[in-house]
Amino acid sequence: MKFQPVIGLEVHTQLKTGSKIFCGCSTTFGSEPNSQTCPVCLGLPGALPVLNKKVVEFAIKAGLATNCIIAHHSVFARKNYFYPDLPKGYQISQLEEPICRKGWLDIQLEGQEAKRIGITRIHMEEDAGKLVHGDVPGLDDGSGVDLNRACTPLLEVVSEPDLRSSDEAVAYLKRLHRIVTWLGICDGNMEEGSFRCDANISVMPVGSDTLGTRAEIKNVNSFKFVKQAIDYEIQRQIALIEDGGSVVQETRLFDPNSGTTRSMRSKEEAHDYRYFPDPDLVPLVIDADWVQHAHKELPELPEHRRQRFITELGLPEYDAEVLTASRGVADYFEECVAFHHNAKAVSNWLMSEVTRALNDSGAAIDACPVIPSQLAELIKMIDKGAISGKIAKTVFEEMWKNGGEPQAIVEKRGLAQVSDSGAIEAIIDEVIAANMAQVEEFRGGKEKVLGFFVGLVMKASRGKANPALVNELLLAKLKVQ
Amino acid sequence: MKITVADVEYVARLARLALSKAETELFAGQMDAILGYVDKLNELDTADVRPTSHAVPMENAFREDAVNPSIGVEKALANAPDRVDSFYRVPKVIE
Amino acid sequence: MDIFELTIHQLHNELKTGAVSSLEATKAMLARIESVEPHVGSFITLTPESALAEAEAADRRIASGEAHVLTGIPLALKDIFLTEGIRTTCGSRILHNFVPPYSATSWERLRDCGCVLLGKLNQDEFAMGSSNESSAFGVTRNPWDTTRIPGGSSGGSAAAIAARQATATLGTDTGGSIRQPASHCGCVGLKPTYGRVSRYGVIAYASSLDQVGPITRDVTDCAIMLGAVAGYDPRDSTSVRTPVPDYTAALTGDVKGLKIGLPKEYFITGLDRDVQESMARAIETYGRLGAEFVEISLPHTDYAVATYYLIATAEASSNLARYDGVRFGHRSPQAEGLIDMMTKSRSEGFGAEVKRRIMLGTYALSSGYYDAYYVKAQKVRTLIMGDFTRAFENVDVILTPVAPTPAFKIGEKTNDPLQMYLSDIFTIPVNLAGTCAMSVPAGFSALGLPIGLQLIGRPFGEETILRAGHAFEQATEWHTRKAEI
Repeated sequence: MKFQPVIGLEVHTQLKTGSKIFCGCSTTFGSEPNSQTCPVCLGLPGALPVLNKKVVEFAIKAGLATNCIIAHHSVFARKNYFYPDLPKGYQISQLEEPICRKGWLDIQLEGQEAKRIGITRIHMEEDAGKLVHGDVPGLDDGSGVDLNRACTPLLEVVSEPDLRSSDEAVAYLKRLHRIVTWLGICDGNMEEGSFRCDANISVMPVGSDTLGTRAEIKNVNSFKFVKQAIDYEIQRQIALIEDGGSVVQETRLFDPNSGTTRSMRSKEEAHDYRYFPDPDLVPLVIDADWVQHAHKELPELPEHRRQRFITELGLPEYDAEVLTASRGVADYFEECVAFHHNAKAVSNWLMSEVTRALNDSGAAIDACPVIPSQLAELIKMIDKGAISGKIAKTVFEEMWKNGGEPQAIVEKRGLAQVSDSGAIEAIIDEVIAANMAQVEEFRGGKEKVLGFFVGLVMKASRGKANPALVNELLLAKLKVQ
Repeated sequence: MKITVADVEYVARLARLALSKAETELFAGQMDAILGYVDKLNELDTADVRPTSHAVPMENAFREDAVNPSIGVEKALANAPDRVDSFYRVPKVIE
Repeated sequence: MDIFELTIHQLHNELKTGAVSSLEATKAMLARIESVEPHVGSFITLTPESALAEAEAADRRIASGEAHVLTGIPLALKDIFLTEGIRTTCGSRILHNFVPPYSATSWERLRDCGCVLLGKLNQDEFAMGSSNESSAFGVTRNPWDTTRIPGGSSGGSAAAIAARQATATLGTDTGGSIRQPASHCGCVGLKPTYGRVSRYGVIAYASSLDQVGPITRDVTDCAIMLGAVAGYDPRDSTSVRTPVPDYTAALTGDVKGLKIGLPKEYFITGLDRDVQESMARAIETYGRLGAEFVEISLPHTDYAVATYYLIATAEASSNLARYDGVRFGHRSPQAEGLIDMMTKSRSEGFGAEVKRRIMLGTYALSSGYYDAYYVKAQKVRTLIMGDFTRAFENVDVILTPVAPTPAFKIGEKTNDPLQMYLSDIFTIPVNLAGTCAMSVPAGFSALGLPIGLQLIGRPFGEETILRAGHAFEQATEWHTRKAEI
């Protein structure tokens, strides 16, 4: 029997606010344990939550960018369970009335039609703290509780079970990752847990329309692991069913070392979270004006921009996709194009030299030492014939290392292209005189030798000679007896 | 009986309360009486009634996204029953 | 007159003229506490040293001419208010060692006025009770008859006023916890409209019902205290921005033409005869003062107790989850592993009434029962609110008894929680409706036990009930009687 996997994802994105969702403590990562706490996020008696408005604004942005309906009325609910990293004994989240509902994102796998993935809901909630085991002296066999992360704002984005393979799941995740980083609401750092994913996976016989029992894989923290975890889980479930067994509804953990998932067995009672509306918080009412205003503030979204790069700027699809991988790259690109209208040339430079240099230095595009106007100027100089493409790479390296305007560098280092035919002819004459044997070969019909002469002339001019002119003059001289 | 000893035990586990056998039986009886009394609410038809969370209408209470100073590690941990460095210390999980 | 007999406004006059210093007043209070406390048991924690320092600071402020009416006034707080650096127990063993790192907004406001804090007052554990018997710190006795309960849960706050151990106190009221003890101890107690006073730093029992309010010797003091603590607090999302009026300015003594509603559901058979008579006399008094009466109906009154015990316990079961032995409070020394530590800490730390309510609330929220119990109760709450909204279309104030009987004997109802719950039948609907109400002394039983009259106002109608209460006080002498202790 053939099986069809059915996958739904729950993604937790940590929002890039300065302060926590319900108190004024900083959200900075990596500080001394419990140094970013106050009565509210410590869950002290008497403390009360007050909602950070920016979290709502970010949630609305995320909702609009994923084609959701923004709820006019939404409420926070308490999810009750005990754990030492959950200070109040409940997590403030949203259940029945989330802020965003019924959205979608399109994904496209290579060589396939675009596919629309439904988004069931997006809701706001607070993160828990952290439990530390082992590596602190004095903890012995106990655990340390650090509440710096407690009360950090999260958006949980829940997809419909529309995904049918690990590739689709990863494509969806990447799309979502691009959206939240594009909007500037999440730093997207998966290692630090700013963007983490739980996957609900089941399999059913092809052609069936009854969903199988699902397992939930918790906290998978890279695109690669998501693919591995899902593939493993699909195979595990199929093997189980083929052996006459059945899938149990449970939570499983992915182990990146073995690439497998294992059951998180626990003697705990079945989860009974006793959700109810949090009486310490008041309903959130978002009117049409607010949504309209948020709409206006929204940056041009990646998908739209990609299309525009193709239709308006005439870029190939591949280029458009690469240049809209992040908002920083797309912005950089468009700034360059504003200075110099050769979009394809800018695209080539961005995808090759600039990307290489950024990768080597580990810098992000917004920290690129060569600013768009400078890169545009450099490309303009190539297009005008002021420097060769090869020299331009040297100039670029210099700009990257020491800064400066391309024109100044070219002048200072005497890199301007020589288009003075008299000067070039002088060099050609010397080269010809020194290589008479090769001249004879050429004249004897071996025209490939031309390349040899071009190389020598360029070398003698230290790369500055205008290559087209060199070609032209050389041919003329060589052909003349 | 609206509520059994088993119900009481389940709820006690959810609420992280350890009840003696005597307490469990006492609570079962008392909760049964109270829930029996509470049943009178079913005399009312509330099919078209909206539930109330806050008696005074309120909406949209926000704070701006401004960072305030934290209370500091020492104040945070001043009441800790057990601590190591800047951590609260808790016993290990026994499954 | 002894200093400890003075009201806020009387003592303020003495302080202003320099006849008495705050230090003298505070010392007099501390001496009074020392002499009567063994018979009453109002306090959990006394803070004499800081009180004397605060009194000296208050005297300097008075001397500089920048005194508030509350500057130098010695008062005490229910032990539910967080007081930075001063142990705050909420009447529970689970917080027996808890010293908060911050203060409640209401205490901050009083402190900013220059008040002197004498100590923290006894109460029912986590404000769950109507008799103060659920406190982990011993019973508080009613100063009018020390074999009887002072009421609860702000029993210490009311007993301390009746026993003249503080000039004024603050309590909290979730289902009657200010009004019922005020009634049983012959004091004035006011539960403001939900949202009127910040709940920040007040240990939560039932968040959608809890409200802070004063317990005082007379209505004027009540107006002064309310004015000091009321007002918007950005740290409490449920606090409202409605401006705070000058409540003392409302005390005109004039109730001519005031429309007083008498709900037929509150004047039922089974009401204690002495209570009935006090109510009848109160109606007469208001009649003499020119008020008009309208018989009204609050048809869902009979469902209020059931509604309350579902909503309050559900919220409480969640509010009390933070007491887990991890960050503060009691931790069981003999636990094996994490879950056992949490479970034992809670089981050892909470008393029986708290456990019972946590159990009931957990049950009401648990899978399969949420709609039948919690949501049902929230819907009936809507009906109860509707009763009041409709009633206030025709009347300005609603007059009822505070409690069906005067203070009962210590131990009389501890074995029957439902009977105890039913004694709050007249106060609970007000919390569910979120509106304001006060208790004013309105007589004494044949046994000499105080009986209180409840005046219920429109939401944010505190001025009207204060005016009505004040006029009644002016026309009667009940508030001038003293408990012999």
